[in-house]
Amino acid sequence: MKIHICLTGIKTIILDCNNISQYSVFLINSALMNRRDIMSAVNPDQYSYPSVFIYGHRATGKSHVVLSIMKDLELPHASVDCVECVSSGLLFHQVLSAFFGPDAAALLPRCPSLSDFVRLYKQMSSNSPATQTRYIILDRAERMRDMDFSLLPALLRLQELVNDNVTVILLSEIVWEKFRPNTGCFEPLLFHFPDYSKGKSLVQILSWDHHPSYTPELYASYINILLGVFFSVCRDLRELRHLAVLNFSKFCEPLEKGEAKESDIHKLWKNIEPHLQRAMQTVYLREVSSVQWEQQQMDEKEATTLRVLSAHAHIELPYYSKFLLIAAYLASFNPARTDRRFFLKSHGKIRKTNFLKKHEKTSNHLLGPKPFPLDRLMAIFYSVVDSRVAPTASVFSQISSLVTLQLLSQVGHDDQLDSPKYKCSVSLDFILAISRCVCVCVRLLDLLALSLVIQSQVVRQERSLFTAVSNLHLL
Amino acid sequence: MCLKFYGELLEAQNQPVHSSVSWAAERHLLSALMWTPEIRHVASRKYAGQWREITGPAPVKMSKRRSAALTGAQGISLAQKLLRERLCHQKLPDQPVGLDSQYKHLLELLRRTAVHGESNSVLIVGPRGSGKTMLLGCVLRELMSLKEAQKNVLLVELNGLLQTDDKIALKEITRQLHLENVVGDKVFGSFAENLAFLLEALKKGDKSSSRPVLFVLDEFDLFAHHKNQTLLYNLLDVSQSAQTPVAVLGLTCRLDVLELLEKRVKSRFSHRQIHLFSSLSFAQYLDVVRAQLSLPPDFPDPKFSDEWNHSVTKLCEDKTVEEILRRNFNGSKDFRSLHSLLFLAVSRVSVSHSTLREADLIEAWRLISVDSKANVLHGLSILELCLIIAMKHLNDTYDGEPFNFQMVHNEFKKFIQRKSHSIHKFEKPVVMKAFEHLLQLELVRPVDSGVCKVQREYQLMRLMLEHGQVMEALQRYPQCPTDVKQWALSAFG
Repeated sequence: MKIHICLTGIKTIILDCNNISQYSVFLINSALMNRRDIMSAVNPDQYSYPSVFIYGHRATGKSHVVLSIMKDLELPHASVDCVECVSSGLLFHQVLSAFFGPDAAALLPRCPSLSDFVRLYKQMSSNSPATQTRYIILDRAERMRDMDFSLLPALLRLQELVNDNVTVILLSEIVWEKFRPNTGCFEPLLFHFPDYSKGKSLVQILSWDHHPSYTPELYASYINILLGVFFSVCRDLRELRHLAVLNFSKFCEPLEKGEAKESDIHKLWKNIEPHLQRAMQTVYLREVSSVQWEQQQMDEKEATTLRVLSAHAHIELPYYSKFLLIAAYLASFNPARTDRRFFLKSHGKIRKTNFLKKHEKTSNHLLGPKPFPLDRLMAIFYSVVDSRVAPTASVFSQISSLVTLQLLSQVGHDDQLDSPKYKCSVSLDFILAISRCVCVCVRLLDLLALSLVIQSQVVRQERSLFTAVSNLHLL
Repeated sequence: MCLKFYGELLEAQNQPVHSSVSWAAERHLLSALMWTPEIRHVASRKYAGQWREITGPAPVKMSKRRSAALTGAQGISLAQKLLRERLCHQKLPDQPVGLDSQYKHLLELLRRTAVHGESNSVLIVGPRGSGKTMLLGCVLRELMSLKEAQKNVLLVELNGLLQTDDKIALKEITRQLHLENVVGDKVFGSFAENLAFLLEALKKGDKSSSRPVLFVLDEFDLFAHHKNQTLLYNLLDVSQSAQTPVAVLGLTCRLDVLELLEKRVKSRFSHRQIHLFSSLSFAQYLDVVRAQLSLPPDFPDPKFSDEWNHSVTKLCEDKTVEEILRRNFNGSKDFRSLHSLLFLAVSRVSVSHSTLREADLIEAWRLISVDSKANVLHGLSILELCLIIAMKHLNDTYDGEPFNFQMVHNEFKKFIQRKSHSIHKFEKPVVMKAFEHLLQLELVRPVDSGVCKVQREYQLMRLMLEHGQVMEALQRYPQCPTDVKQWALSAFG
């Protein structure tokens, strides 16, 4: 029994849900305080405050509540999403056409400035004066900070500039302090939309999507299990709804197969919990698309490895490129002084000195890869690779292709031809995965393990380390 | 209130109308809304019978007899209208409060330009919300009431936010002087030529002398950022060279505006500045509050306005209200912040709640003085909160030096291994996603806004929260596990 899911986006799921009215009623009840504040502040046929700023986390109902107020009271409003407005002219066009019709918007010149917009607005509003307050709603208003510097302060005092009863409502995730321009501006009224609490609100909202062929109690217990896994990581309502909808069929599998009844919550939990853990590592991170996830659920009889979208698992490198990459990693993360000890056959007496310099102790591993010159890379490469390799152009061109694949990155200018410098841009997990593919002796893994040991600075018994290093070269 | 949803709510709850708790709150809300005839029509179409109960008897049309007392709803409606006009529409008061000397000075200056034909330039300087535009508006209103001024004076209003370029400014000047037809399609060599042509054109209308022009430049400091400051140079040049009587008035919030001007512009400016610094004492501030909230004596319903004014006086004498006003006064003395506080209080007045009470003011103050970042921290997931605590520890240990994701993840792993019982180990990509959410909320910011070639995990960042804010947010966080709290409080991470 499949739940009909619309996979084109999470927003569509919410809109297609036939419980939309209940959802809205719920929002009205729980966000009553906010609505009352907003409603009393933005009074339709009296003067209202020139600008209002509403902030809150994602999916807390900001746009929904404001737009539903506008639609149901049938107020003249223009709703603009600032992400769509790559230039301010698009914003002006949308506002004018929403209030005064497309003919008014056509009067705007080609690249309208704010001055043109205000002049045209004044002209239009004197032709058709407002009986009620007009509202301009700007969603995702944080994008406005990147547009013209004068757009935000001007819109905040639009009422005064056009001499008309208009209110600008800004909706955003980011707090007002980050919007304020340097020399100040007209301060809007601030309203906060609180997040949903786990027990009362979130479970209630999510339980409305229940499938008609199962009881609401079963769905509520499923939601509780889901929240038990995901709530400590993510509180976004849209994400949780998406995950709930995707995984419900797997949850109901034992019920369908007849292995469990609706009251055997424990059995159902044991069935679904590892699945949800896997979902956290794949679908939640968008490593796997929702379609692929569903596909896998259908074919999954035994625990197969999930094919992930992430490029790293797919990549297939030529033989020498793998060695080059491993050599690059060693060059980036081991300090140059230690090369002698690791890679030379005979390195003389080992003195009992402090193994790591002071400045390297804290954060070799934490600060990131260091640049290394090409010669050092080739030296390490020759000592790491197991067969004799001639320094032909094919080997060097593999370095360039590694740079193109962004597994290495070039540091410094392009025109330094004699000694280019590189940096390794992959993580240890990737290198370990590669070195497992390469059928090489244990020595390589030991080298990697050694560099790990250096990085974690647990070098207490230096003597034993030195013996380990010397034993390595006797292999 | 959404009518459709309200109806569904009733049906869903299936309860008698008066006994539901939310219904009482809704009634407040609905009666607070002032219905225009259009909305009532819409409402009555859908819910015929219920509106009588909600809004009370239908408001009587305002008959011609002035002595008829208004019903409660009408009185409230009219009072709200007056107060809102004062508080949010910035209606000009009859006399500006506390600005007498500045008023006189400005009026005298403008009168000399308008009536006697002297050219002048002056800058009005004051912080945001101190009443520059209001002062200018009152002075212009009085000036235009003089007969000679009314006939002769031309007013050109420019704003630095709108006219961001000198060309746009020139077009706007042409438009406001109604000289578009005269200019037609002429092309001018320079700005100065164009301006001279415009002013010359004004002369031809009158016999021998030309009409005085008042140029009002709002956000004057933004004009100083234009290329070569041509507009300012030319306007001030005209004001010095006695061809046409021109007065240049600049309004700005920057005290150091003169440093922004070029030398040649500064020398043509008359260095006349009018400063608006509020010199109110707290007692005067309280008087202002009382005056702002009181209804004027010509209110149609004297009984209502007497009651209202009486309640306002009593409110201003209340201790908690005085405390709130004092805190607001200590924050900023200007009227704009006072207006927003009073507006939030006044908007809660409705038919059933027909006088202003101290609870309204307390609630309004709470809304204004809340810390918005604390609100944002309240809605984070526990993993994100742990990352913030890890960053706080890094800040404490390394004295505010920037950190990267690897370091934060390291701290977090140390916490998980050693001290945590309630939070289990999360994979690194999941932690990275939580970190990126914090980045999106701008609670964490990269040190050099991200154009460099460093990997995501190693890019240096700073935390945009203070130690105190994090600790306070932890106290308010719902169902915070105790080991997380202990970790935050411990000194050594």
